[in-house]
Amino acid sequence: MTAARARKAPQPHGASLDGLLASREIVVACGPGGVGKTTTAAAAAAMAATRLGGKVLVLTVDPAKRLADALGLEGIGNTERRVPDEAFAEAGVKPRGELWAAMLDTKESWDALIRLHAPDARTREEILANPLYRNIAGRFVQSHDYIAMERLFEIHSEGAYDLIVVDTPPTRNALDFLDAPDRMAEFFSSRLLRWLIVPYRSKLVNMASKPFYQVADRILGTQFLSDIAEFFILFQSMYSGFVERARAVQRLMADRRTSFIVVSTLEAVPLREAEFFAQALVDRRLHVGAIVLNKVLPDYLRDPEGALVAQRLRQEASAFSEALAPKVRSGNAAQIRRVLAEIGQSYLDYQLVAQREAEQQAELATVPEALVSVPYFDTDVFDLAGLLRLGNGLWGVAATPQ
Amino acid sequence: MVGLLDRRLVFVTGKGGVGKTTVASALALFAAEHGRRTLLCEVDAKGDAAAYFEAGPTSFTPREVLPGLWAMSMDTEASLREYLRLNLRIPIVGRIGPLAKAFDFVATAAPGVREILSVGKLCYEVRERHYDLVVVDASATGHIVGQLAAPQAINDLVKVGLIRSQTDWILEILSDPATTGLAIVTTPEEMPVNETIELAGRVSAETTVELAAVIVNRVLPELFGRSEEKVFEELRRPAARAELGRLAGGDPTPVLSGARLAVTLRRTRAGHLERLRAGIDPAVPVLYLPAVFTRLHGMRTLRQVARSLGEELAL
Repeated sequence: MTAARARKAPQPHGASLDGLLASREIVVACGPGGVGKTTTAAAAAAMAATRLGGKVLVLTVDPAKRLADALGLEGIGNTERRVPDEAFAEAGVKPRGELWAAMLDTKESWDALIRLHAPDARTREEILANPLYRNIAGRFVQSHDYIAMERLFEIHSEGAYDLIVVDTPPTRNALDFLDAPDRMAEFFSSRLLRWLIVPYRSKLVNMASKPFYQVADRILGTQFLSDIAEFFILFQSMYSGFVERARAVQRLMADRRTSFIVVSTLEAVPLREAEFFAQALVDRRLHVGAIVLNKVLPDYLRDPEGALVAQRLRQEASAFSEALAPKVRSGNAAQIRRVLAEIGQSYLDYQLVAQREAEQQAELATVPEALVSVPYFDTDVFDLAGLLRLGNGLWGVAATPQ
Repeated sequence: MVGLLDRRLVFVTGKGGVGKTTVASALALFAAEHGRRTLLCEVDAKGDAAAYFEAGPTSFTPREVLPGLWAMSMDTEASLREYLRLNLRIPIVGRIGPLAKAFDFVATAAPGVREILSVGKLCYEVRERHYDLVVVDASATGHIVGQLAAPQAINDLVKVGLIRSQTDWILEILSDPATTGLAIVTTPEEMPVNETIELAGRVSAETTVELAAVIVNRVLPELFGRSEEKVFEELRRPAARAELGRLAGGDPTPVLSGARLAVTLRRTRAGHLERLRAGIDPAVPVLYLPAVFTRLHGMRTLRQVARSLGEELAL
């Protein structure tokens, strides 16, 4: 990729990711699905470990198998592991610090949380065995969102790392994980919860909750309802612990030591989502440190001279192929003609997309301290060398031509 | 295997960013243009499908956006109201003030309730034969199994009650491959392909719904074959390049670099396509949709995608 530059967008504060990674303790990568969030988080962490030193952890949710292999994450679940120096040596790099990696196992993390908050052994075992709990911990969508933040809090408060880069789970709604602590607290302090539990604690059903029961009972069946109630009665014993914890997680997110990077591509739909997300972070007074734009097509695709040449190649492929035939040994004029027409057309096709992307980028409404665009690498990132190559782009170092 | 559009309920899923909504909308458009009364339902409504048809926001009540094509968005609370109205003739329902809160609460506590209310509504439309075809722009790959498996999960959790009596016919519709099918949309890139293969395995292990097709979106065109690639490599050499520049009256470097990029991208993606085909049950058709190079989104793009889908389905 000859003319690809790592940065080309307006840089309002002249910053790139290095400053951010050097000055924060937690960096949360978020944004729409399918834009390279996980890879970006891993690349940022790898670069921080390489260049800044210290102990850097990347906490990831769902890495591609080859990336997980590269980080030595295969099958290790919640345990933090150090990425061996040999892996860096293979990539031709001697890191100043240490890179650690961990995956998020939702079920395991929930179990740990229950063990932490349960008032006694019996409650703990009853909760862990409750069918609803098992369902919630394993499948309940929002539980991923909450547990990711909870786990981050846990690791951060242990104080073992200088920097934690965390990748957020793919959510239905990009905001879910921000609201999860709040919702969790609200949920456990809800009046409805008390309503639901009352008849199972005493035989007394008050006038207000009676109609609700009649309907709920007919729809859900008594057994199910009492399973729910049992679950919440057990959970209530941990209520204050949970709510306190949820509040603490929230404070950490809003702390100046934490920053968010919004990752996107320049395709219309993800970019719209990312912008909405960046605005929502700002509205919540959370710190948006950077927008990272992945898979940006190289500048040379928007070259006006290139377009003129491409058009001429397409239109005059026949005439040109005759003139070029003596200089090209491996093919006849007909083949040359097809190649010229194809590459002309291909350039014009890609130019449309590159131009659309450039317009999208220019229209970005929320511009944070750093706006980083990372060129379209023509191979996938599947090892540490690939991560560092991507990391160079994030760092504002010109990508090496391939 | 029953053809994708010969079924009556088609769920369309895919990893975020692969064009799930576009493909679902194009499928619905194609079916409607071929004379089938079609309902397109967005489950996690962001309003993108509605935007394609330039029809304003969709709601729980279906609206005819083109002749023979209705669009709606799922609203589980509205679905619950409709369900209660149809099934529990108790006047008290209307008077339960905070139905929304109560519902939210139960749905949060009991996983599967939200899911079964959306799946149930869709199956209901199929059972009542209100439409010839229901196309669902369903949840993304991370959540689709939970959604499709919800009736079975509820069956396991809830032993009696009205919901229990309903899950039986819902399961019957979902489990019948002549009626219901799932289409996974993907792109020829590493993560989407990985997820598709993994999801295909989970769908057959954890749900009763048949995988009816894998639809690969944004397949890049092959610029030229092997022998022509040699020609291309020679054109990049200094002498040929200079001659090309002289003929075309400008520097050909951007065009040559662009072609190089296109060739490499196409080649990387071809590897992922092979992996995909090898990782999916050979009985499941894989449909390929070309990358659309256009400035615009909206109806024009959608028609292009629908046309390509039609060609692939005819094979």
